[in-house]
Amino acid sequence: MAISMGSTLTPPADKRDHAKGPADARVTLVEYGDFECPYCAAAYLIVKKVQEAMGDNLRFVFRHFPLTQIHPHAEGAAEASEAAGAQGQFWEMHDLLYENQRALDPLHLVGYAEELELDTQRFVRELEEHVYHLRVREDFMSGVRSGVNGTPAFFINGIRYDGSWDLAPLLEALEIAARSIVAA
Amino acid sequence: MITNQDDSDQDQRPSSALPPGTQAPDFTLASTPDQKVSLSDFRGRPVILAFYPADWSPVCGDQMSLYNEVLPEFKRLNAELLGISVDGAWCHSAYRQNRNLHFSLLADFHPKGEVAKNYGVYRELDGVCERALFVIDANGRIAWSYVSPIGVNPGADGILKALEDLSEKEEARDGNQHGKHANAARR
Repeated sequence: MAISMGSTLTPPADKRDHAKGPADARVTLVEYGDFECPYCAAAYLIVKKVQEAMGDNLRFVFRHFPLTQIHPHAEGAAEASEAAGAQGQFWEMHDLLYENQRALDPLHLVGYAEELELDTQRFVRELEEHVYHLRVREDFMSGVRSGVNGTPAFFINGIRYDGSWDLAPLLEALEIAARSIVAA
Repeated sequence: MITNQDDSDQDQRPSSALPPGTQAPDFTLASTPDQKVSLSDFRGRPVILAFYPADWSPVCGDQMSLYNEVLPEFKRLNAELLGISVDGAWCHSAYRQNRNLHFSLLADFHPKGEVAKNYGVYRELDGVCERALFVIDANGRIAWSYVSPIGVNPGADGILKALEDLSEKEEARDGNQHGKHANAARR
């Protein structure tokens, strides 16, 4: 969605984050996303292509930004991805959630946990007790502090990316960032 | 269209929004079809006025929906959030219900845009409010204001920072008083 005022990411991407790709990659792309947001589901496919194109030059980080009052399943889905993450399968769940965006109710979430062969008893208990609510909220507030005003929102090497997230312009922006690191 | 030219001229003009330090003009506006709210009702704590052009903007980048999510933070800082547009009270109530908003939307509907005009954030050519933010302190004085380009959701970081600056000032004041007490006790 439309984003403007140039802002920097606070805090920067670190070990606390869910990251895919080498820690010393030239470029880090951070997304603030909501599993029930249709624009995020569209961006999910674009990011996949970007990851393929950039290979080891890219580290992708995902942070939660659920708009819980307009997307009733967004918080549950975010917590489910964290519960899967606690069992080592954050990204697998992240992908399943975006690929099944119309089915994010608790029953389906448990179904995805079964599909990933997670310890479903633990998964269900952690969702019921909202073990990861605070973590999700921390992500959300870090987004608010960094000037995120809608989803998806992207940061490239800590600087907010205001351009289109269609494949060509996003890839170009990432490649420019990669080259400027080399030049530096 | 000729109005496009006028529009861009208006966008380039410096903002006429009331600056920090100004006493915030009081107002009374409908918050529901049968209830009214005055700014002075909230004297004693900070108020956030969020003027916006219209109800029903697209969902995922919607400014009011974002503020709805940040509401616990505003509450933690003891602040009251009031959204204001020229939409009528019935329109606001449908929009509030649809977006599940937990704060008041005020109707600057009749005379149209009068409050926005008093704050210097009415777009005469379009007949809507600017996308403008004001943080008003406990004494009814404007502590911070910001006018965003009309198509850009300004986010909540500026508001939070302004509220925190206010509460820091308050703490510093209280701290000085406590300091005096502590000194008195030691003697």
